[in-house]
Amino acid sequence: MKKTLITSTLATSLLASSLFAALAPNTALATDYKVDVKGAHAFVQFKIKHLGYSWLLGRFNTFDGDFSYDDKSPNSAKINIEIDTKSIDSNHAERDKHLKGKDFLNVSSFPKATFVSNNIKFSDDESAIVTGEFTLKGVTKTISFPIVKIGEGQDPWGGYRAGFSGTTNFKLADYGITYDLGPASTQVEMSLHIEGVRI
Amino acid sequence: MSNSILKNTENSYGLIAIMFHWLMAISLFSLFGLGLYMVELTYYDAWYKGSLDLHKNIGMTLFVALMLRIVWRVVSVTPKNADETASKIEVKAAHYAHLALYGLMVILMITGYLISTADGRAIDVFGLLSIPALPINFANQEDLAGSIHEILAWTLVLLSAGHALAALKHHFINKNNTLVRMLKVLPRK
Repeated sequence: MKKTLITSTLATSLLASSLFAALAPNTALATDYKVDVKGAHAFVQFKIKHLGYSWLLGRFNTFDGDFSYDDKSPNSAKINIEIDTKSIDSNHAERDKHLKGKDFLNVSSFPKATFVSNNIKFSDDESAIVTGEFTLKGVTKTISFPIVKIGEGQDPWGGYRAGFSGTTNFKLADYGITYDLGPASTQVEMSLHIEGVRI
Repeated sequence: MSNSILKNTENSYGLIAIMFHWLMAISLFSLFGLGLYMVELTYYDAWYKGSLDLHKNIGMTLFVALMLRIVWRVVSVTPKNADETASKIEVKAAHYAHLALYGLMVILMITGYLISTADGRAIDVFGLLSIPALPINFANQEDLAGSIHEILAWTLVLLSAGHALAALKHHFINKNNTLVRMLKVLPRK
């Protein structure tokens, strides 16, 4: 009786481990997310002071990316974003034309801006610091900035989603943008608000 | 009688055609200079906004003038060639060059309008008139219209320079009144 129990426990655990082994690649895949650009549940925004008197807001309309995140091992998370620089939109065509030109982003020579994370370190369930390589106008620099996990779970349509937000600040001159916008407007704030669908 | 000085005749341009010609020549070259200058201004230059507004104001006014000029040209008598010795090819070339100048001006002004109205904003003309945007716009309209505007501006200026050189050649080398009759109304023959 006892022997049978042991055997059956062993069999169960063997079965379980072999099942786990078979499922392992799938569980790894289950932590990969594609940024929901199709449904436009992701935003790349920027904010810069105008003359020091107010904020000017704009966004990039076209970008794509993916990330991986598993709440069992959050520190192995990764993120990868590629932004189409000519999709800049500050709600003013004449200004956008200027921003796309040589004075600013020079989008014909530098059509892409990218961010690739090297390291994501969570300090609690929600907050983390992301470190990675940001490339803008052909200049690549390592930057670190805080991100926050907004939430994750089933969506009503049979998918699984997770979303994060992060904001960073940098000097325009660090990326070769030296056009004089005045002393109050040398820094830009960029925010990423993304929702990913598990793939 | 006063009518005769205004209208074209068989051998001379009338005062209206002459005024159109020179006012537009001056305006277009001014706009070209202003355009080259304003795109180099920095954000903190006091003229940064004013120069662009002026460029748009003059440009929109010029478009109206151009439409009136084209109507005037169509309804008017075209003076005969000033150079009777000119070869057929020369006459044809001059004719197509003139058509090209008109065509370039029309498209140049339309592309300018398309840059500023690419996001549906209207163009304000001297604070008096608001020219609305087209109900439809196309992708990257401001960039595409901007590139065409720049290329056509250079083309128009170069073609005008050729046009001016041809007039000078007729005046000094062929010694006919091609240039003179664009400067003053000649009496009827």
